[in-house]
Amino acid sequence: MLGSRWLPYPGMSLLLWAVWLLLVNKITLDHVLLGALLAWLMPQVTRLFWPAVPRLRRFDRLLAFLGVVHWDILVANVTVARLILGPPSKLRPAFVEMPLDLDNDFAITVLANTISLTPGTVSADVSEDRKTLLVHVLDVDDAQALIRHIKYRYERPLREVFPC
Amino acid sequence: MEPWVEWTVSIAILVGAVFVLVGSIGLARLQDFYMRLHGPTKATTLGAGGTILGSLIFFSAQRGALSLQEVLITLFLFITAPVSAHMLAKAAMHLKIGRRSGTRGEPWDQ
Amino acid sequence: MLNTALTIAFFLVGIALLLNLYRLARGPSLPDRVLALDTMYINSISLIVLFGIRTQSNLYFEAALLIALIGFVSTVAVTKFLLRGDIIE
Repeated sequence: MLGSRWLPYPGMSLLLWAVWLLLVNKITLDHVLLGALLAWLMPQVTRLFWPAVPRLRRFDRLLAFLGVVHWDILVANVTVARLILGPPSKLRPAFVEMPLDLDNDFAITVLANTISLTPGTVSADVSEDRKTLLVHVLDVDDAQALIRHIKYRYERPLREVFPC
Repeated sequence: MEPWVEWTVSIAILVGAVFVLVGSIGLARLQDFYMRLHGPTKATTLGAGGTILGSLIFFSAQRGALSLQEVLITLFLFITAPVSAHMLAKAAMHLKIGRRSGTRGEPWDQ
Repeated sequence: MLNTALTIAFFLVGIALLLNLYRLARGPSLPDRVLALDTMYINSISLIVLFGIRTQSNLYFEAALLIALIGFVSTVAVTKFLLRGDIIE
């Protein structure tokens, strides 16, 4: 039974199982069984630490999103490398306030981490009411265009993955 | 070991090392704290990812079986790097660390 | 081929560590120093992984993983201290 008392977080259990098998780095029957036992036990024991974890709605969209993010990380690093090695006085740093349309904490965390890993942006803070994200940008010309870009490329797919 | 494996591993290692260096140059060279934050969070993390990818290919080829252990380190680094950057930015705003002149926008009070 | 690449990579990462050391010594603020330490542990993970390839031994994997875990936890603990003046509230 998925999501029942016996297996409260099936996704987390699957992840823990995979991590265990990666740690021992071999697939034998005893480790598969031991990993499965731990993967079942650990979410049970730590249940109180996990407030509402949202359900994934569109798994295909999540995979597409991860693909886009990985590609952007590669591109981002070449861009940032060029900015770092160029003349520092030419950079135009800025703090940008970005209004959020997401409304659950987990999705906001994923968005903030994505922003930190992609082109020249680091998320610096979230407002108390979870409506605004403060982003520091290394080099930006038009802040509004940047916000539109982030909203279109990262926030929109996340809204589809995590139901609001 | 086959030559093409050796080449792939060498390229992955070198690209990784170059990114590690670029991140650290950014840390040493840029003008204020918030700008320095960008180098390590992105370039250095990808650099470590590159060397780890090289190690993954190397050990897989050496044993003739897929060795995915190293993926754990990469995964961990990619999950934790943005979190520590976020915490550091918050701490810097709390301590009211100065910005470079010409920075647009305001940091928030903590 | 691989040995030459490894030597060059060791050299590059070594310079990176020296640059971090420069930032660690110079500061000027506390978050700067914490950031320098944070970068240093990620760089040392790269160095350990490279060393593992050179010695052809998988033993160093655990060391790299432990440094990653401990480095992250200590960075978060120190920033928490800077933010609140306390680690466990």
